[in-house]
Amino acid sequence: MNENTTAESGSEESHISWYLRGVRRCFSVPGLVLVSAFVGFAGLAREAGLTLPQTVFMTGVVWALPAQVVLIGAMIAGNSLIAAAFAVALSSVRLAPMVVALTPEMRGPRTRKWVLYALSHFVAITSWVLAMESFRNVPRDLRTAYYTGIGTTLVLVNMGVVATVFLLAESLPVQVTAALFFLTPIYFLTSLWGSARERAGHVAMVLGLLSGPVFHLLLPGFDLLAAGCIAGGAAYVWHRTRLKRGTGK
Amino acid sequence: MSFDALDTWWWPYLFILLAGWLATDTWRYLGVYLGGKMSDESDILVFVRCIATALVAAVIANLIVFPSGALADSSLALRVGAAIAGFAAYLLSRKQILAGIAVAEAVLLIGLYLIG
Repeated sequence: MNENTTAESGSEESHISWYLRGVRRCFSVPGLVLVSAFVGFAGLAREAGLTLPQTVFMTGVVWALPAQVVLIGAMIAGNSLIAAAFAVALSSVRLAPMVVALTPEMRGPRTRKWVLYALSHFVAITSWVLAMESFRNVPRDLRTAYYTGIGTTLVLVNMGVVATVFLLAESLPVQVTAALFFLTPIYFLTSLWGSARERAGHVAMVLGLLSGPVFHLLLPGFDLLAAGCIAGGAAYVWHRTRLKRGTGK
Repeated sequence: MSFDALDTWWWPYLFILLAGWLATDTWRYLGVYLGGKMSDESDILVFVRCIATALVAAVIANLIVFPSGALADSSLALRVGAAIAGFAAYLLSRKQILAGIAVAEAVLLIGLYLIG
């Protein structure tokens, strides 16, 4: 965005100014989409019987919407702690490769390890996309300051959004509450399709959509794990066979 | 032990910490640790992404087919129809998430107010 990247690195002032640029970067279409998704999440959590502090707490400590939706799903289904943790962990494996991709870009020669570990908590789809788009315009040793601006702003704003929706939801007509609740599945239906890296991701998504309700009836309590492993495994097998045929190896 | 298992104020928070925070940040810390050692193109990551995508897709489908609360009283056909309309709008608008959300919500709301 900004061609003028000659800011004096290292000085206190430029750290603050790049932090603030990170803050401003959040007020954009991806940021707005994320807010609408958290509006939906708040509706979902409220319907699931969570309290306002619990929902705000979850948003701050988990900070990964798919994981939060899976966690709520496991709570609704009455899953045990182990089963819930396992389902959430499976749904969040993608965070590791995302952080793997981001860390080398964010690290400067003098960046301390603990800073990278602390900042990794903010990695989720939106902040990751914003950072990967913008980092090339940020001086290398100010990228941690810039990403701190993005991360803290997204987390704090959305914790506020969740709390606000929670308070307002009581006075809303039932149709509007239903529409809020519907935001979460629609947000993921579209963003999941768009974030797929390869064709196999689309296959996994379609198979997962079809098998979720089936396993919900067949294997209540283990429906998410079963659908994830079977539909995901089938998509991977499809990927392998296509690869073999396509490249002739 | 489920989320509702203990009737104390701290149990839900401990549940969220263990099943939520620990189950997500472990992957993030592992990502920092692995740093640049892993290629984003490696085949194991395709497998991992397939499982993660299918799992989230299953959650989405269950939220649409078996909703709780305010959506539970609406008809299944309306919810599935609204979701399909939203997804079609998303594809037709060259992957604008906001367009998909707007169309799906419009169809749902019109349906809810007309059918009740």
